[in-house]
Order: sequence, then C-alpha cells, then structure tokens
Amino acid sequence: MSNKEKKLNSERIQRVIELCNSVDERGVDPFAVDVDDIIATLQKYFHEWESPEELALDAEAVQCLASVIQNQGDWVKHRSTSLYTDPFLLEEKIQRLDKEELATLFAKVWNPIIEMEQLSIPRLAEALKYWRDLVPISERWQRDGPMQVEAGATTREELVRLKILAEKTFMEELETFWKELKQKVGEDEKILYWDFVGADTYQETLDRAYMTSFLVTYGYATLELHPLEEEVFIKSFTKLRSELVDKRMVSVPISVSFDEWMNWKEMRQ
Amino acid sequence: MTRKAYYARKIKRATQLLFYKRHMKPGVKGWELKNALGSDYPKILKVLDNHLEKLDLQVKTVFEGEEPAEKPTLEELNKARFYVTVRGGFPSRDAKMMGWRIDDIAGLATAISYIISKKGKAPRDEVEDLLRTKLPGWRVEMNMNRYIKSGYLGEDEHNQLYLDWRTRAEVDQKALVELLLLK
Repeated sequence: MSNKEKKLNSERIQRVIELCNSVDERGVDPFAVDVDDIIATLQKYFHEWESPEELALDAEAVQCLASVIQNQGDWVKHRSTSLYTDPFLLEEKIQRLDKEELATLFAKVWNPIIEMEQLSIPRLAEALKYWRDLVPISERWQRDGPMQVEAGATTREELVRLKILAEKTFMEELETFWKELKQKVGEDEKILYWDFVGADTYQETLDRAYMTSFLVTYGYATLELHPLEEEVFIKSFTKLRSELVDKRMVSVPISVSFDEWMNWKEMRQ
Repeated sequence: MTRKAYYARKIKRATQLLFYKRHMKPGVKGWELKNALGSDYPKILKVLDNHLEKLDLQVKTVFEGEEPAEKPTLEELNKARFYVTVRGGFPSRDAKMMGWRIDDIAGLATAISYIISKKGKAPRDEVEDLLRTKLPGWRVEMNMNRYIKSGYLGEDEHNQLYLDWRTRAEVDQKALVELLLLK
C-alpha cells in the first residue's frame, strides 16, 4: 500500500475518533454513530498498520467506539426510567405555558435549602479578643534595616572557636586515629572493636565509632567477624590499602547503643 | 444521663450543624455528622425530621451519584450530604421574598426540565435559545450565570450544562416533569 493511501486511511480513522468524541462532548445522539460500519472499517485497515503511531490511533478509535456503546447503553437505561420525557414534547409544553404558570408549577416542586448566617455572642467575644491581641500592622510589617557592622580582620583561631573552621582537617584527624589504632593493636595486629571504640563517655564512644567506620571504608583497617563467638575485631593495616576502596565492599552494621556501651563499661571495670 | 436528655442534646447539636452554614456550600456530610453525633446519627436525624415536619421543613439527604433503590447503607449515608429544606413547596409569590423574580424562576424551571429531558446534559446554546423565546437576551445570559453560580446548573469544558448539587438537593425532578406533562 502506498504512503498516500495509508495517509488517507489514517485520516478516515481520525474522523471516526472525532465523530465518537462529539457524542460525549457535544451531546450528539449516540445512535447516530453506525457502530457496525465503524468496526468493519477498523478491521479492514488494521492489518495495514505497522508503526506504533498507527497502532495507537487504531487503539484510540476502539476506545472511543467503546465510549459510544456505553452512551447508547445509558440512553436506553434513561429511556426506561420514569424521568424520561421526549425533549420535543417537553419543549412544546414549555412553549405553551406562560411565565406565571411555569413559576407556579416550579414552586410546587422546589424546596429551597434553609441556611442561617448569624453571629453568636461567644463568637463575637472571641473575635473581639483576637482583635485586642492583634499587633498593629505597622508593627507586624516593620522591616529592620540591615545592621551596620564595621569590617575588620579575623584570625584562624577565632574561626576555629566559632566552629567555622575545624582545628584539623578530617584526613589529618583520620591519620592520627590510624596511628592510635596501630599502637593499640601492637603485635597482635587486631583488637576487639569495643576495646578500641569504647571511651569514658558515650559521646566520645560515638565519635570514635564514627571515625573507625572511615578507617575501614578508606582502607586503613579492616574488620574481622567471628559470628559464632559474636566478636568483632579491628585489624590495622601497616600501609594504606586504597585499592580496597574500589573493590566491591560489604556493609557491616554494628550497633553502638547506650546499653551496649554501659555493658562494656561494667565488664571493663 | 437519661435517654431523653441524650437525644435532646444530640438533636440540638444536629440542628446547629444543619442550619448554620459552615463551609462554602450549605449542608453537612454524613461523616461530619457521624463525628459530631456518633454512629447513630441517622436515628437522630429522623427524630429531628419529625420535629421539623411541624414547621414544614425537612432533613433532605442527597446521595453521591444515584439514590440507592433500597434502604441506604451506613457507608452510603456517610458519603451523602444532608440539608434542611422546605418540605412541601410554597406559593410562587413568596419567591419574591427570596430575591427571585418570576422570570428567574420560570427560566430556571425551563432550563432544569429541558436538561432532564436531555438525559441530564444539554448544550448551553440550546438552553439559552429556548429561554430567549420568552425572555430578553441580556436577561437570559445574566440568569444563566446566576443559576450556575448558585449551584443549580453546572457547565463543563464543552459548554454542556448539567444539573448541579443545588438542583439535586432542592428540586423534585420527577414531580417537575410529571407536572409539566400534565399541563
């Protein structure tokens, strides 16, 4: 089939979609759509469609047709209800009646909603209290001008005191911590996790656990797990093994709760 | 607390909830009543409805979607909206007191009945053409906007008019069509 023919058929399907949509959008009689004829047309063209766009158009047409069939069903259902009246008959009746008759008739079936809008004394008192406590708008919207501060020089110590700068860089701190680990493991090459991270205060213990996690992650040390004994050891490397960082790593969750810290402290004593 | 006192207190609370406008739209949702009155709120509303009957008022229930054919379930009631409405209609001359001209009411009756006959949806142009046969053009447009603003009619993106929440709450559609056909 030529491209021109394909384009024509595609336009036909587009018109089918528009016709089906007009039933929903403009209230066209759903029985004005010849469903059998459209199904035959869609079947006829279906084997010609190849591209996803063409198949999507076909699917849209089927969906729109389904909507028309649903409308036809609703129409039949409505006709079978007591509310159904021939619009032409009703229009004629309306034309014959004058305004007074129509209004009188409507008033018989019209039951307006009763609603009240009234302030109560407690609500009024509440509103007055709110008004009394409300700060004047001139005060609420007052804008403070920018504070004038004279420019001056500062020192590194001052910035460290203000916690803008750290006393040591993180890597410096990590190296110091590694040295401490190496000293503690001595010739054994390993130390129990809690014996290394445990400190006199819980806060300090947390800090040490935090730093230890970086020692292991960055290749300064490794963990040795003894699951049966439920023991965790830290093994220090003599040299930094940064090649381990790029290898596939395993996360080892170790709980450092307050209770565990207390237990460790008691055992140590 | 005696049973009588319990119901008296609950009915008072239900009256406050139903009469005073609390949101943009009047009326109260079933779940709101359930929260305020307890799960036996349908019973309380029934007692309140009996009290209101003497004043020619009623508690009107508007369900989400179509009205259930059988006794509504608690779930359907929780989703429904409850209003207090006039019970038995009123003389059309009284509508003036509510700020409605006779033209406005006749136009509303025409628009509603025409939309009903068109399966609940009709193009705005068609409804306006019908109203123009008896009302001046400028008034038709003004009234149509008023009906939409008040919630009697709704308009979708394709300029199709449909019956909105207020018509469903206030107008007995079946009776309207029957009365029109009898004329």
